[in-house]
Amino acid sequence: MAALTFDSLRHDRRTAIAAAVGIGIVLAVFPFIVGTTLGNSWLRILDFALLYIMLALGLNIVVGFAGLLDMGYIAFYAVGAYLYALLASPHFGLHLPVWAIIPLGAVLAGIAGALLGAPTLRLRGDYLAIVTLGFGEIVRIFMNNLNAPINITNGPQGISSIDPIHLGGITLAKPLTVAGITVPSLHAYYYLFLALALLIIFVSLRLEDSRIGRAWVAIREDEIAAKACGINTRNIKLLAFTMGASFGGVAGGLFAGFQGFVSPESFNLMESVMVLCMVVLGGMGHIPGVILGGVMLTILPEFFRHSAGPMQLAVFGKIILDPEALRMLLFGLALVAVMLYRPAGLWPSTIRRREFRNGSTADVLKEGE
Amino acid sequence: MDIFIQQIINGLVLGSIYALVALGYTMVYGIMGLINFAHGEVVMIGAMVALFVIKALPGLPAIVLVPLALVCAAIVCMTIGFAIERIAYRPLRRAPKLAPLITAIGVSIILQNLAMLIWGRNYHAFPPILPSGEHDVFGATITSLQIVIIVVAGLMMGGLTLLIRRTRLGRAMRATSENPPIAQLMGVNINQIISATFVIGSALAAVAGLMVSANYSIAHYYMGFMLGLKAFTAAVLGGIGNLAGAMLGGLLLGVIESLGAGYIGDLTGGFLGSHYQDIFAFFVLIGVLIFRPSGLIGERVAERA
Amino acid sequence: MKPVLLLANAIAKRFGGVKALNGVSLTIHEGEIYGLIGPNGAGKTTFFNVLTGLYHPDGGELLFEGHKLKASTPHVATQRGIARTFQNIRLFGNMTAIENVMVGRHARTRAGVFGGVLRTARTRAEEAAIHDRAEELLHYVGVAHRANDMAKHLSYGDQRRLEIARALATEPKLLALDEPAAGMNGTETESLRRLIESIRADGTTVLLIEHDVKLVMGLCDRVAVLDYGEKICEDVPAAVQKDPKVIEAYLGGSLA
Repeated sequence: MAALTFDSLRHDRRTAIAAAVGIGIVLAVFPFIVGTTLGNSWLRILDFALLYIMLALGLNIVVGFAGLLDMGYIAFYAVGAYLYALLASPHFGLHLPVWAIIPLGAVLAGIAGALLGAPTLRLRGDYLAIVTLGFGEIVRIFMNNLNAPINITNGPQGISSIDPIHLGGITLAKPLTVAGITVPSLHAYYYLFLALALLIIFVSLRLEDSRIGRAWVAIREDEIAAKACGINTRNIKLLAFTMGASFGGVAGGLFAGFQGFVSPESFNLMESVMVLCMVVLGGMGHIPGVILGGVMLTILPEFFRHSAGPMQLAVFGKIILDPEALRMLLFGLALVAVMLYRPAGLWPSTIRRREFRNGSTADVLKEGE
Repeated sequence: MDIFIQQIINGLVLGSIYALVALGYTMVYGIMGLINFAHGEVVMIGAMVALFVIKALPGLPAIVLVPLALVCAAIVCMTIGFAIERIAYRPLRRAPKLAPLITAIGVSIILQNLAMLIWGRNYHAFPPILPSGEHDVFGATITSLQIVIIVVAGLMMGGLTLLIRRTRLGRAMRATSENPPIAQLMGVNINQIISATFVIGSALAAVAGLMVSANYSIAHYYMGFMLGLKAFTAAVLGGIGNLAGAMLGGLLLGVIESLGAGYIGDLTGGFLGSHYQDIFAFFVLIGVLIFRPSGLIGERVAERA
Repeated sequence: MKPVLLLANAIAKRFGGVKALNGVSLTIHEGEIYGLIGPNGAGKTTFFNVLTGLYHPDGGELLFEGHKLKASTPHVATQRGIARTFQNIRLFGNMTAIENVMVGRHARTRAGVFGGVLRTARTRAEEAAIHDRAEELLHYVGVAHRANDMAKHLSYGDQRRLEIARALATEPKLLALDEPAAGMNGTETESLRRLIESIRADGTTVLLIEHDVKLVMGLCDRVAVLDYGEKICEDVPAAVQKDPKVIEAYLGGSLA
């Protein structure tokens, strides 16, 4: 069992507590460090990193644990975000509180996950990828066009003036003063997102090491053998879709409140691919790896965005290459390189790393026959 | 009535382009059991290169210019197709199935953004390459360009069928598709065959790229994605791995889409308009995979016990 | 005679034009070790797949403990008490040996998402029981020393045993083994024989597909012989060995 638990620190309680306190302090002061040294734009990026961690961990349940390659995952982020936008904005004149919307978003996204998952249950890996990709696009097409004849989504313009997240009279949009310390808005969002990210990490860790978690991995490893072990693969797969989607729904609601604006463009295929890459590059099925992937893929592109333009200006005197395209290009290259040289991701679990070093199971050329 | 026929004609034109692209998917799948996710981007590159050549040589007559553009596009696409397989797929043949799928996504992103760097993020107007001529068919019109598209696509498909059925290369491809290890024992160089498959598929993609841009008079770096997805749907609809299936699936999907877009407004009482055109392909795809995963004329079984 | 555990009545299964099973009927009693033999392609594994719900039969019915077995889905068959191993070992390669067996407890345990996340006292007790039972079974089949190794890194013989442990974890009344001795040497086969006997002694009925005729004849109480999808004989081993039809099926084809 020792090999199962991701955290060998657990063996030594005192070290574990010390480490937890240390990490806790670092996480608590981190936004102040970032805010004063790097400025507010990086603080925003930090907040987004936390949202992406939630998304990546949600997708990790589907892809990493259950082995179901979902390429339309961003649709559930969209469900959460649009739900928040519709229930807390002038669009319908509704202004529900966040504690009502976020859980509702989780439930609704979970239901959407089950509904979209249900038709794909019999599909094999690569087909599943394409069908889920199609579902993601369908959701986006509907968001884009459901402004007529009844205006639900406001079409490509999206919904703006969304209420900022506010809890019991306190709005996170303005600086808060708690016990004499003034907490700026971006910091407050950071703490809220951190709390929810930690909750999602906790749920993921607990699920990984449970009867349901084992069933997911069993399905990933060999679906027929899993059935023969008495696993109702249909239900357990649907459960994976539902759980994964509900994390996405939570993150989506937070995103809408944080951003104050949602439009279909935020939920295109590239976003799904991005989240998938966080899972894959970090280390599929390995929670710390996935968190690393989420942080890296939020921060590195931003870092690049901030440096590619100015660097070209400095060297060539003008911008020759579109920094955005350059960023994505490097991203694509990284994806290929990691798959070729570190197929288990940058931080795989020790067990998986061993497996990949020893070569893999698939036989020559095609196993699909 | 003539609207119906008009939609059928438009659908057949669109469908023959889908069919050419679908052949690329289906050949690779038939031989390697792999969905070449980046194939749509190869089509886009073909369109962009052809556009570039046509714009660069404005004085030449169409009869020289168009074939020249086509040859250039084909050469670039074939090189890219060859490189994709060597770099992104070959090292992963023994890897878990997810790995090549992810490199394929990576290659798609690379090609798309390379195109964006080279040609910018704007839409490019594709110049008319044929004198516009309209012909009357049962009360509907068909342009000369549309006739050429259908004829050329037909010729390409015929040529490919002959290649697969009659030549040494074709026989080796069929053998590899049937059973790679045995084909290898019989002296077939599998690596060569796989490379050849990618190169041929990419050449067809180049032709399709030129056609689709000419048909819509537009080209841009993002055009490959949706087209690729639809062509893949066409391949699945016909029965992936099956050449005739890809052709049939392509034509059928083109017609379904065209009719669907034409009538969706009437069908839903005006609730959904023609901008929902793109969702038909997805519904077809999902429907086929759920109810008849082997496709219309495919025989492969989805999963073995 | 012991009560009937499994009654297969005229099971038929076609693949296209091929009749893989053509009205096969057999009766397995509680506590038996029942052998199912036949030349390659005789339909043995097909019968297994029908029995365990992987295939839908085209005709006939299965009665398990006197009740109709609508084993259209494998997990239902497992819940009813039929567990199996596979001819080409199907373990969860990237899980440890003990995890493989723990997965086998799935059908006999209850914890869901909430239990797993909240780790209630009941869930913790259940998890502990799963773990203990899995350890016990690893000892039972003799691979306890590899408990924390990945299943795919186990030796061939250990993998076969691990698969049996996983099947036993589902608490089967009928354990169906598909060529468990395939690829084993003499020593390994002998210890497998002892394992199967002790499984029976502990009260589990065993259905055995095997090519190793010596093993089958020495181990089984009764044997059925399939040939071209039909049962040509069902009797005690000594009688089966003398049956002219069986000799014909095994020797006739290759000598003719």
